[in-house]
Amino acid sequence: MSFTKRGVLKAACAALVVFAPLPAVAQDWEPRRPIDFTIMAGPGGGADQIARFIQSVAERYDMTNRPLVPTNRGGGSGAESLIHVSSVSDPDHTILVTLNSFFTTPLRQENLGIDIQTFTPVAMMGVDPFVLWVHVDSGITSLDQWIETVQGMNGDYVMGGTGTGQEDSIVIAYMSDAFDIEVNYIPYDGGGAVARDLAGQQIMATVNNPAEAKGFYEAGQFVPLVAFSDERLPAYPDVPTMRELGHDFSYYNQRAVVGAPGMSDEAAAYYQALFTQIYDSEEWQAYLESESLSPLWMDADQQRAYWATQVETHRALLAALGE
Amino acid sequence: MEILSLLGDGMLLALQPLNLMLIIVGVTIGLFIGAMPGLGSVNGVAILLPITFLVPPSGAIIFLAAIYYGAMYGGAISSITLGIPGASTAVATTFDGRPLARQGRASLALVTAAVASFIGGTVANVFFTAFAPLLASVALSFGPPEIFALMLLAFATFVGLGGDDIPKTVFSICFGLVLGAIGFDQISGAPRLVLFDINGFLQGIGFLVLAIGVYGIGEMLWTIEQSRGEVESETPRMTVKGMAADASESMRRGWKGTAIGSVLGFFVGILPAAGATPASLMSYGVAKMLSRNPKDYGRGTPDGVAAPEAANNSASTGSMLPMLTLGIPGSPTTAILLGGMVIWGLVPGPMLFVNETEFVWGLIGSFYISNVAAVLINLAFIPVFIWMLRMPFTILAPMIFVLSIAGGYAATRDMFDIWLIVIFGLGAFVLRRFDYPLAPAVLAIVLGPIAEPTLRQSLLLSSGDPSIFFTRPVAGPITVVALILIFLPALKLLRRGKRA
Repeated sequence: MSFTKRGVLKAACAALVVFAPLPAVAQDWEPRRPIDFTIMAGPGGGADQIARFIQSVAERYDMTNRPLVPTNRGGGSGAESLIHVSSVSDPDHTILVTLNSFFTTPLRQENLGIDIQTFTPVAMMGVDPFVLWVHVDSGITSLDQWIETVQGMNGDYVMGGTGTGQEDSIVIAYMSDAFDIEVNYIPYDGGGAVARDLAGQQIMATVNNPAEAKGFYEAGQFVPLVAFSDERLPAYPDVPTMRELGHDFSYYNQRAVVGAPGMSDEAAAYYQALFTQIYDSEEWQAYLESESLSPLWMDADQQRAYWATQVETHRALLAALGE
Repeated sequence: MEILSLLGDGMLLALQPLNLMLIIVGVTIGLFIGAMPGLGSVNGVAILLPITFLVPPSGAIIFLAAIYYGAMYGGAISSITLGIPGASTAVATTFDGRPLARQGRASLALVTAAVASFIGGTVANVFFTAFAPLLASVALSFGPPEIFALMLLAFATFVGLGGDDIPKTVFSICFGLVLGAIGFDQISGAPRLVLFDINGFLQGIGFLVLAIGVYGIGEMLWTIEQSRGEVESETPRMTVKGMAADASESMRRGWKGTAIGSVLGFFVGILPAAGATPASLMSYGVAKMLSRNPKDYGRGTPDGVAAPEAANNSASTGSMLPMLTLGIPGSPTTAILLGGMVIWGLVPGPMLFVNETEFVWGLIGSFYISNVAAVLINLAFIPVFIWMLRMPFTILAPMIFVLSIAGGYAATRDMFDIWLIVIFGLGAFVLRRFDYPLAPAVLAIVLGPIAEPTLRQSLLLSSGDPSIFFTRPVAGPITVVALILIFLPALKLLRRGKRA
């Protein structure tokens, strides 16, 4: 039975490694339990990738004395996570990775009773642009060609996205209006699934964040047609922006971390310091660049003001969508 | 031949002292994490991610993959010995594993689980090695109609089983589907079936919550009722000779389930959105359907343990494939692995196999080594788990209750789920008294949330025309087979009705 004993010993050693106390950053308040790191979207999409990346950076430099535990709660365009975070018994250990559904979902589902101003600002990690992608096999290489193709199909052109009222659908609604086109829009549970089904040519085009489409772009499967950013994206220098083409439109997805409503000021200060540290890390700065995110750093008060203006902007956008 | 030499290099990398140590430690930790109810490979990988920064990226992913592997083996242990599913991937293992244990054949069940897991893992590794890039394109060719057709087939295997009471099976499936529909609708985003306006229902009913309730609490109540206070004494003893006999019996009576689980598990595993839990449930259903004695299923047949166990190991290797080649996680655990890879400076996606040959083949090589390590370590621990079973049931029952509650809380950390577990446990006990099969409900709550959105996406694609399920080259044959399987028992029933 020596094998068994050795096995037990090894398990014990491993347990020691795992549960050994970690050096902590000096701070007034510190987490006492694993931190609930809820993600407002499904696995594989932009928000999910960012959350996992942030977790890895925090782990790598031992920035937290308790682990961040990411959980995807993307149901109901993020309503699931908003309800979860608003109703937790321990707001000091609950933070949320948000996207623009942070603004749109409470507007579209007023019966949820979510007031986003009750949430606690933590950090604005950057804003993520959108790009229109088609599969290389479609042979389409320019926006004009794309518009012509879509118009020629009388509403049978299939696009995938993360759901009506979601970020990509707002962009698609804008294009439908501006170019007088009609598409058949299929909702998926996350940007990752959308990109996958474009790669498999189950759908014909998507409006994805660069991070979601990058792998397929590098493999030569995806062709970017137009970027919905203010300026050309450094990683895609040949892709024109909507503005260049004469349309006054740009749209970004916020990549922000917020705390649960009712979080204590001490805990908020802890997370703000933590995410400032992550934001300033070499890894995050490199990520912003490689994934084409734009920096948009704000302090807590600026974030609250930003939320207020974004709610109004999205109220108008959704009204235009007929929601 | 190039593949073999790459694989050889990969295995050598995995056999380096540091990596080998990581594999052995990882598998052992995984085994115990998997055996703890409520804690599955997701938790294990998430908790241990930090240590991986102490070693180079190839060592890090080898370590995490070893935990993943170990947890797949470990999940079977509490499913069999206590009747509480150790992880969602091991729920199907309770269907026959627990009855075997109650018959005093726990050692046979545990050995079968280990052997089937080993074979499933090995078959998957061979598929993975030989066809990875090709299979990635197969995975991509599965759009919403194909996935729906596959789900339909899975339901069909549960309805079309001879022996069980068909109306009761259908009732059980429908009940599971309704439970699975609670929460937010993926297509419209609107909340549904929020019973009594309790916010807890908005998040939907977790599969593990149902499984722990039904199998942990429900099974415990059932055992208490069956034994009527008499102390059941199971006195299984373990000897090396006995284990060898069990191993040969498990092969003789479990080879079919192992074969089905190994192959089917892998293919379900590579489909994005599926993962090891649906794979194990589907393999159980298919094995039962293809069996000559389907009535033995649910009463303790080694085939019924072998099929889900071979499948969950095979699928966990399979779900690595979309992660590595497409950058899209096939399961919650691979989502965490993906996060790790990004920080290690690796870009998962179609170019990974081209740009990071050493990393990819080191990982694949480590699958083989982990699998061998896992089966050996698992077999070595079986006597310990058997020894646990020698406790009288009066001690074991409260332990099962506590572990069920603690496991349910560990998974979601929500008190609401604990009440659900208790309610499901009582409900399951009552339904079982009236001979309702519960496995179909469990299957439905897992597959329903995959089937429903894919059905609606497909119909959106075709503007409402259901012929989309028949005209597509992959979806068509699967749908036809599924429909035949569903209506076969109905026809039989009709004929029997006429004769009577």
